[in-house]
Amino acid sequence: MNGWVNHLPIFPIVIPLVAGAVMLLFAEARRAPRTIIALVATLVNLLVALALAYIASDAVPSIWPDGIAVYLLGGWQAPFGIVLVLDRLSALMLVLNAVLALTSLIYALARWRKAGPHFQSLFQFLIMGVNGAFLTGDLFNLFVFVEVLLAASYGLLLHGLGEPRVKAGLHYIAINLAGSSVFLIGVSLIYGVTGTLNMADVAARASLLTEDERILFETGIAILGSAFLLKAGAWPLNFWLPSAYGTAAPPVAAVFSIMTKVGIYALLRLGSLLSGASGASVPAPFNDGWLFGIGIVTLVLGTAGILTASQPQRLVAYCVIASAGTLLAALGFGGTAMKGAALYYLTSSVLATGAFFMLCEMIDRTRQTGEDMPLEMMEPVGQEPVDADFTDEVVGIVIPAAMAFLGMGFLACALLVAGLPPLSGFIAKFLILSATLTDTAPGPVPVTVWVLWAGMLGSSLIAIIALCRMGILLFWTSEEIMIPRLRLGEAAPVAVLLLLSVALTVETGPAMDYLSLAGNSLSSPQIYIDAVLSGSRPPGPSPVPSIPMEGIRQ
Amino acid sequence: MEAIYALAIGVLTASGVWLVLRPRTFQVIMGLSLLSYAVNLFIFGMGRLMIGGAPIIETMAQADPSLYDDPVPQALVLTAIVIGFAMTALFLVVLLASRGLTGNDHVDGDPEA
Repeated sequence: MNGWVNHLPIFPIVIPLVAGAVMLLFAEARRAPRTIIALVATLVNLLVALALAYIASDAVPSIWPDGIAVYLLGGWQAPFGIVLVLDRLSALMLVLNAVLALTSLIYALARWRKAGPHFQSLFQFLIMGVNGAFLTGDLFNLFVFVEVLLAASYGLLLHGLGEPRVKAGLHYIAINLAGSSVFLIGVSLIYGVTGTLNMADVAARASLLTEDERILFETGIAILGSAFLLKAGAWPLNFWLPSAYGTAAPPVAAVFSIMTKVGIYALLRLGSLLSGASGASVPAPFNDGWLFGIGIVTLVLGTAGILTASQPQRLVAYCVIASAGTLLAALGFGGTAMKGAALYYLTSSVLATGAFFMLCEMIDRTRQTGEDMPLEMMEPVGQEPVDADFTDEVVGIVIPAAMAFLGMGFLACALLVAGLPPLSGFIAKFLILSATLTDTAPGPVPVTVWVLWAGMLGSSLIAIIALCRMGILLFWTSEEIMIPRLRLGEAAPVAVLLLLSVALTVETGPAMDYLSLAGNSLSSPQIYIDAVLSGSRPPGPSPVPSIPMEGIRQ
Repeated sequence: MEAIYALAIGVLTASGVWLVLRPRTFQVIMGLSLLSYAVNLFIFGMGRLMIGGAPIIETMAQADPSLYDDPVPQALVLTAIVIGFAMTALFLVVLLASRGLTGNDHVDGDPEA
């Protein structure tokens, strides 16, 4: 039993890889076997992620003390071989990714998988890349997994083709290729200075650097951080995001909503490691001031984007930017309580935007024309003169179930995104705002608190205005609403994601217990570093003798 | 040798960045290729330059690491080349699709915009 459990961390990478590869063997026309493989793989992936999260939560302390599992990929000890590291944060991200993957896969099965070849395989490879990026403990390995997920995302973004998608895809690929170059420069600079690529080892050696090396090291970290910020969708590197996410096929856009969180995860992970080990301040952009500033600007501009968006899916894309901004600002604010709150916000916003993307497409079907009016051509809502001959002959209208579902779903998504009670979006924002007060010393309130409060509350207000207007335009003022035909397979994933948000709201206590633990472990990175570098639990029957370098030097 | 090497990386990067900022898709792809060459050389240089040094340490002999080349950047470069090559090929396909759909080779699909 214990032997199996030790190998669990590799499964979130192996399962989608094998499933995606096996599906390639079936001809495109044979949909049934592919569908079964995809469903089984995604379901097993979810179960594995849940098991990992359960074990990492210290429920069974005998297996992985401190909730950190180190998996030696080649059997070599940590600084020499590549390791996978699972802790509470990565387990949380794995579960989120698995939930989103399963729901959007089911949604895609109804219609979208037929829009182009190899959708299912690319989808699995995307899951593999995201899972790998969350698990790896090695900088170059992180690059490789990011490339895997990007390569799959290029294919998925173009899924369904059409001119807007190709145009957005061109920009998306170009900026990400440039971003990959920046990523590589950062990684190799860090390697050139510290002589290691293992994240824990980099952090451990950072404090031993001389003054000259320190400059190069911080340059490398800054370059690497810029690449992470690009992936996270932070201003000024996020102009590609609205058109890419706004034009992608909806189930694809739903999984994409976790992709920006890969950048945030990497910032969080490396920032936490660097903060603990080096005596000096954390280099930019991982230190608090930079993240906070970038986050606030991203939040403000994302919110402005929400206000200008005339197309539902584009609006959700701007919501993704605003949520990235909130997260960066909250993480940049610092403090241990804030980390747990920010992780709660991350969970809530990923579920909300994922559901919102899928919902948007179903709402789109109610509009018969399918033409997207530019915003300035729409008539202002609420300015029509009151009709004097108004007679209420029809007392109430029959609301078909599909319209009721769409309306309620839109309402729930809007509440989640804007952060209004009673759903988890409100609790998330409340937790962040209350964490600003618990962490500050008594005395006058620092200006950062004011800025964060103003930014988050202002963004909520503007989001409400924009979402109300969008809801009115979509549901109330449309002249000819066509009652859409929704399949159960399309409505169910959205309902599941929204119900999960409700569950998160109801079970905030237990959820916050786990997330606070995850946040606390980010604040004490020495445990992580020790766990990785001691590497005391190699999997497999024969442990490898350690420290080969000493033997060579003799 | 280091100076020439650094100059080569600098020239490649500068030309690459300039080309990436150009409005035609073909220029962009050339720029991205030049950038990736520069990055590959840079990774290689981060393992310190050495002429005639073997990257594998012979454990039997009395081994002094300073006599050997660093093998890790070579492995990294190999991976980076493969990934960069594949991505460039993919970009080329998208470029052609964009050319076919929009009828021109502007990155925004419209030279007037």
